[in-house]
Amino acid sequence: MITEQERSIFSITTSIYNWVRENLFSSPLNVLITLCVFPFAFYLFISSGDWILNKAEWDAITRNTRIFLIGQYPQSELWRIGTVAFITTNLLGISWHLKGVVFQRLSLIILVPLISVILIPPIFLDISIGLRSWFALVSMGFLLGYLLSKFQNLSTRVLLVSWSLSMIIDFILLRGIEGFGALPYVSTNEWGGLLLTFFLAIIGIMLSFPLGIFLALGRRSNLPFVKGACVIFIESIRAVPLVTLLFMTLIIVPLLLPEGWRLDRVGRAIAAITIFSGAYMAENVRGGLASVPVGQTEAAKALGLGPLLTTTLIVLPQALRNVIPAIVGQFISLFKDTSLVVIVGLLDLVGIGKAVVLGNVEYIDQQAEVYVFIAAVFWVFTFSMSYVSQIIERSLGVGDR
Amino acid sequence: MVLYRKGIPIWRDTKIISWAAQILSTILVISLLVFLISNLLNAANNRGFSLGFDFIHQEAGFPISESVVDYKESDSFLHAFYVGILNTIRVAVIGIFFATILGTLLGIARVSTNWALKNLSLVYVEIFRNIPLLVQLFFWYFIIFQSFPKVQDAISLPGGIYLSNRGIFLPNLVFSTESAITLFACGCLIILMIFSLYKITALPETYFARIKRILVYMASAITIVILVYVLTTQLQVSIDTPELGKFNFEGGLRITPEFAALLLGLTIYTASFIAEIVRAGIQSVPKGQYESAYALGLSKTETLKLIILPQALKVIIPPMINQYLNLSKNSSLAIAIGYPDAFFVGRTMINQAGRAVPIFGMVMLCYGLISLMWSVMGNLFNRKTNVGRN
Repeated sequence: MITEQERSIFSITTSIYNWVRENLFSSPLNVLITLCVFPFAFYLFISSGDWILNKAEWDAITRNTRIFLIGQYPQSELWRIGTVAFITTNLLGISWHLKGVVFQRLSLIILVPLISVILIPPIFLDISIGLRSWFALVSMGFLLGYLLSKFQNLSTRVLLVSWSLSMIIDFILLRGIEGFGALPYVSTNEWGGLLLTFFLAIIGIMLSFPLGIFLALGRRSNLPFVKGACVIFIESIRAVPLVTLLFMTLIIVPLLLPEGWRLDRVGRAIAAITIFSGAYMAENVRGGLASVPVGQTEAAKALGLGPLLTTTLIVLPQALRNVIPAIVGQFISLFKDTSLVVIVGLLDLVGIGKAVVLGNVEYIDQQAEVYVFIAAVFWVFTFSMSYVSQIIERSLGVGDR
Repeated sequence: MVLYRKGIPIWRDTKIISWAAQILSTILVISLLVFLISNLLNAANNRGFSLGFDFIHQEAGFPISESVVDYKESDSFLHAFYVGILNTIRVAVIGIFFATILGTLLGIARVSTNWALKNLSLVYVEIFRNIPLLVQLFFWYFIIFQSFPKVQDAISLPGGIYLSNRGIFLPNLVFSTESAITLFACGCLIILMIFSLYKITALPETYFARIKRILVYMASAITIVILVYVLTTQLQVSIDTPELGKFNFEGGLRITPEFAALLLGLTIYTASFIAEIVRAGIQSVPKGQYESAYALGLSKTETLKLIILPQALKVIIPPMINQYLNLSKNSSLAIAIGYPDAFFVGRTMINQAGRAVPIFGMVMLCYGLISLMWSVMGNLFNRKTNVGRN
């Protein structure tokens, strides 16, 4: 007699056996492929693991963590960055209970690396106590916000306002106010590292998104001149690489503006990134606009809505929802493209890496480690962005109607 | 034209509003342009730089590290820029070639029934498309190609290939002009032969078709005999292997580290996008299409050739052309690792001649033309296959 337990073990083994046979050894060719792929993958995995854990020397990164994170931002003003990070994690905690899992996943993506950095013992990760306590404090911000949201459930609208307000406060905090003692002015030229990368990406996204919507609406306009101007703008920007635009805003745009109208280098880089990304965004939004049936506009008109209300209340929400993947894809490439500012001499994450390697003789042998670290940082963020985009898509029910 | 209609107040009349908006926007855009251009002219006057193109025939006076055509420092700026454009085209064309092959293989692997292969390809795609191209370029250039040993102790690979920090040295085929022409003619003949052989397989079973087929077979046989004769006796080809000289390798084909890193980076990065396009294209053909093709008695190759590929290619080719355009534009990152493409040469020209505005115009025009070429190709394809009309 076969007992119940034996039968279940038997069924598990047969199902594993079936799975392996179907997915790995279903035909002679597949057997050959499997026999080639497995050793190759195994070798890659073992050798890269061996390199990361044993061979690689990570002091170029662990000894310069502060520079990688914030660049040349003055040491005496560190509390400002800590506050900004605190505000952000705090808001994330408050938003935890918001509908959908977007904020929960976002929080996890940010918190898991933070907490793991705090918890890894100093033998393995040689970073200063100060940095660890900063990270701990920032994580506490999340906990505080989470507890707050437990007691007082804030509405979406309040949260939206507080997020937008926090952006403004963050910017003022980081930049400081000229001639105000408590918050001395820190020129954006001193910003660097991950801080600058994030700054460029967030401001770029915030500016290029509305620009893209305006250009897309302009391209669909009934006024031939507006339409023509938008088409020429979009197509000529899309025709050239971002690097040329970065140099253009660096060298040519100051000549096109009257003397005295000067943007700093970071501002010029943001201008280039915004224009470039805005043109691509316009094409994405245009695709979304085209996907909204004409009946929607007609129905809105029949209900007595004017052109402005029809666009903002009826057409745009549907249009944008339809192209979320494309829009997030554009945000991801914008985030990756921020690395190009190193070519015009800004010290973003990549620029800092290059400076650390080339500036110190002791780290010249650790180039591989530095670039692998930078690649990993970029990878974590871009991959999370595409992951969050899938969640947003699901929570908005795209394709379910 | 009636300026106002009875009963409708002027500020509510859509006709008048649209005219007003039209005029207003025209004035706005034109005044913006006038504002920018007048500032430019002012700046040119005040700081004493010229906006003209008269400099392009002057001596360039800077070296370019690699070039397809002959170039020396005493050549004109125009010629230097031409060298840069050729370098851009060279890396873009070769990059597109390799990226297409690698990307297609990866895309097919993504829909493989083999779990291991499918996931290996997935890991490749997710890693390489999520890391900025610039970081990848730095990695290939500074860590791989710069870390090769000095020329004196270059790594020697079988087949006369040497890896050193001055570049990769390969044996080069050298042949005379006549041999080159002969080779070209042979190539054309082979293509013609394959094309006609392909054409006759599609002919229906008629009497004339049989005669045609026999004729083509005979012609092919004769062609092969001629080709074998020509290629074995008439060709003067020598292989030029790289030899270690006093300071560097002499002879052979040299691939500079800059070119190699740029090519590798562009290929690997773009292939990850092409893989996703190919995967989407293959998956866009419904399963029922395979099943009905088999039900109609078509063989596996016929199904693929006549049913699946035409439908999949319709979905694949437009975004593929977009990726080719992206690769061509991304080649401008050459400036980060010092490969002298159009943009890099343009930058050097600005330093040398000091004419930022016209040179930027030339660079932008160059990339604009490349983009235009790709979008014309995309449109031609769309018109030919009626994408979106069925």
